[in-house]
Amino acid sequence: MSDEISTDGVERIGPHDLGGLPGGPVDRTEHDAAHWERQVDAMVMLMRRKGVMIDPAQLRRGIESLDPDVYEKLSYYERWAGSAALNAIEQGLVTQAELDARIESLRTGPR
Amino acid sequence: MSHDHPHRHPPQADHREPVSHYEWLGVALNELLMEKGLYTAQELREMMAEVEAVEPSTHGARVVARAWVDEDFRVRLLKDANTAVEALGFDSAATDLTVLENTDEIHNVVVCTLCSCYPRSLLGRPPTWYKSASYRSRLVREPRSVLREFGTQLPDNVTVRVHDSTAELRYLVLPLRPQGTDDWTEERLAELVTRDSMIGVTTARTP
Repeated sequence: MSDEISTDGVERIGPHDLGGLPGGPVDRTEHDAAHWERQVDAMVMLMRRKGVMIDPAQLRRGIESLDPDVYEKLSYYERWAGSAALNAIEQGLVTQAELDARIESLRTGPR
Repeated sequence: MSHDHPHRHPPQADHREPVSHYEWLGVALNELLMEKGLYTAQELREMMAEVEAVEPSTHGARVVARAWVDEDFRVRLLKDANTAVEALGFDSAATDLTVLENTDEIHNVVVCTLCSCYPRSLLGRPPTWYKSASYRSRLVREPRSVLREFGTQLPDNVTVRVHDSTAELRYLVLPLRPQGTDDWTEERLAELVTRDSMIGVTTARTP
């Protein structure tokens, strides 16, 4: 589906534009959020409250600007994490190098 | 299916701990923002608790039950939901809120085809299925089929209206008050109002 850009002749504006596409049954299983997901959720709320992403459109823009292949592979809060990082870098709060270094040390550090 | 009691569900099996790059990215960014002083660990814990505290049963259902028993409130809610909700002491979350009233002729149901916009200040975090590709894609094309999957069979003469949320405009469905509840108190009525009925994928519980 990743290379399909339209349905019924209607142009899609991006990978997030799902309205009207065919799809399978809705999986109605309930899931509690994992701890890291609740953290990302609260982080985004705090960024908004602290003036980093005041406009909800900033979170949305960051999500929608993900590469289409990446977008489709990521889970919901992974997309939020990607967008929050993009916004934080753009506003000079962190650098990509700092993030890369921290991810590396988290991955390899004691758990 | 009801989701108004705070019982626990298993986390998504493959998302127990950060494993992917983007999961670690979220953890890393959160740590760095705290180290740089944007917010403290205490503020993070409080925010997580604040989010968890919003339950459909204690927030959205209260709004609906009030509208069922208080005609003036119902009128205000449909005209200016933000103000009406704030008057009950709830946060309207800085986005426009519109309440959609179900009638004998019209059944409203809400989706966010582009993302997952949702009236979080009244219903909490959206359920997983609300964010799923199949719900987002199919509801606008075949709403009756999707509603049937939720066990909701509407008579043919009822018009189904699908509302697509945006980041700036959120919707809450005001379900039909069930019959046989004329002498019920507001508190008792609120117990009939489920999360799913306020999204519009089901009707309110019947007594």
